[in-house]
Amino acid sequence: MSHISKIILKSLFSKPSTAMYPIKKREYYPNTRGAIENDIKSCIFCGICVKKCPTKGLEVLRDQKQWSIDRCRCISCGACVTACPKKCLTMENTYSAPSTEKKVDRYIQPEDKVQ
Amino acid sequence: MSERMIIPFGPQHPVLPEPIHLSLVLENEKVVDVLPSIGFVHRGLEKLVEKKDFLEYTFVAERICGICSYMHGMGYCQAIENIMNIEIPGRASFLRVIGAEFSRIHSHLLWLGLCADAFGFESLFMHTWKLREQILDLMEEMTGGRVIFSSVKIGGVKKDVDDSLLSKINDVLLELEPQVKEISSVFLESITVRHRLEGVGVLTQDEAVSLGAVGPMLRASGINQDMRKLGYAAYAELDFEPIIDTEGDSMARCRVRIKEIFQSMDLIRQAVAKLPQGPIAAPFKGNPDGEYFSRLEQPRGEVIYYVKGNGTKFLDRMRVRTPTFANLPALIKVLKGCDLADVPILILTIDPCISCTER
Ligand code: SF4
Ligand code: SF4
Repeated sequence: MSHISKIILKSLFSKPSTAMYPIKKREYYPNTRGAIENDIKSCIFCGICVKKCPTKGLEVLRDQKQWSIDRCRCISCGACVTACPKKCLTMENTYSAPSTEKKVDRYIQPEDKVQ
Repeated sequence: MSERMIIPFGPQHPVLPEPIHLSLVLENEKVVDVLPSIGFVHRGLEKLVEKKDFLEYTFVAERICGICSYMHGMGYCQAIENIMNIEIPGRASFLRVIGAEFSRIHSHLLWLGLCADAFGFESLFMHTWKLREQILDLMEEMTGGRVIFSSVKIGGVKKDVDDSLLSKINDVLLELEPQVKEISSVFLESITVRHRLEGVGVLTQDEAVSLGAVGPMLRASGINQDMRKLGYAAYAELDFEPIIDTEGDSMARCRVRIKEIFQSMDLIRQAVAKLPQGPIAAPFKGNPDGEYFSRLEQPRGEVIYYVKGNGTKFLDRMRVRTPTFANLPALIKVLKGCDLADVPILILTIDPCISCTER
């Protein structure tokens, strides 16, 4: 038992290994795969991202100029980001906010967009 | 002869992280027979290959298991790369070794913790997992994920590692090594642990071979077999020897895994030192046409990926033989004749991954 007592004593007198959430929030790394965002102003609604998405979480309605993502389906794989020809998709390094219901985020392009 | 009775063990049991059911036939406190039944988490991932194209299937392959997700992706990609004759760049193969060895360290630390938990040594469990956390953080910084790393892709890897992260990897390993040494001394020397592991569940060399055991289970029984010696990824350029033990009991399996943690640290250091410059992925065109068996060494043992393509973007067949599946007959063997109190620890010594087994 002496081996473990040494380790226990050591950790008793050092600072806790766990973070004091929610007072201290965890910092994510630049590489962390989080939520997908679309800079809708430059989207051309080509639908390539929809074809590449392995979970069928994306939808594009070209006539309504709408791009939508089902947050609960997205697995943050990044396939859409790599495929997008306009590079308007980005992957944040924070996760999408928790919600109590399944949520689809809709992005609609404003009428007066400058191309 | 005393009366026989059957005790159902699982699918829900405190010691089991995942569902497997065993009907234990007992004579007094001794287990005389075991009838396993699996199928509680079958997801049909092999069939899914007909619906997802071969590029998308990489994401599915990674989700076969939450612990060796890195190596599942790697095994699948390796098979496709071999069918399509894609030569992956040197840097990518070294990065794959680094990722795979990190997975091994975190998986073995996870196992050590679960093992301590199985014989009721909670503080040891917590302390082991504290160390594992640092590896997970490094993995997250490197690949972007903590469970599903999604880092390997057909032709190479997705994310490069810069020099500052490489030196951080060295620093963390330097810091972690004495801590792991300290914790492993508890496993190897503490009387509490030795009492529960020594001489329990002995698997002889002949039995290990005839029952087709793999990984640490096989090596702990004195067989020198490690798929990394096949030289896939960049293993051919690294210097290491498979770790074997002769006792074949639970303690031997524990020793093998502990030594493998240090071996993995050494392999990562070698790979970091030898990491060549250059691209991290090779471009490719077309669809796979042909078949291939890809074998690699996961923390739990040898995994086999069989992939058959037909020239379209949908594969004909994909089959995984996971290490836990191969180790089940050996588990049944060691369970026969053991005490009821040793059942949890024996189940854990094969490092079971039921999700892998059932796919
Ligand atoms: S691929 Fe890019 S440009 Fe095309 S629809 Fe998707 S987000 Fe828009
Ligand atoms: S990150 Fe992957 S799963 Fe999520 S929307 Fe993009 S392609 Fe689909």
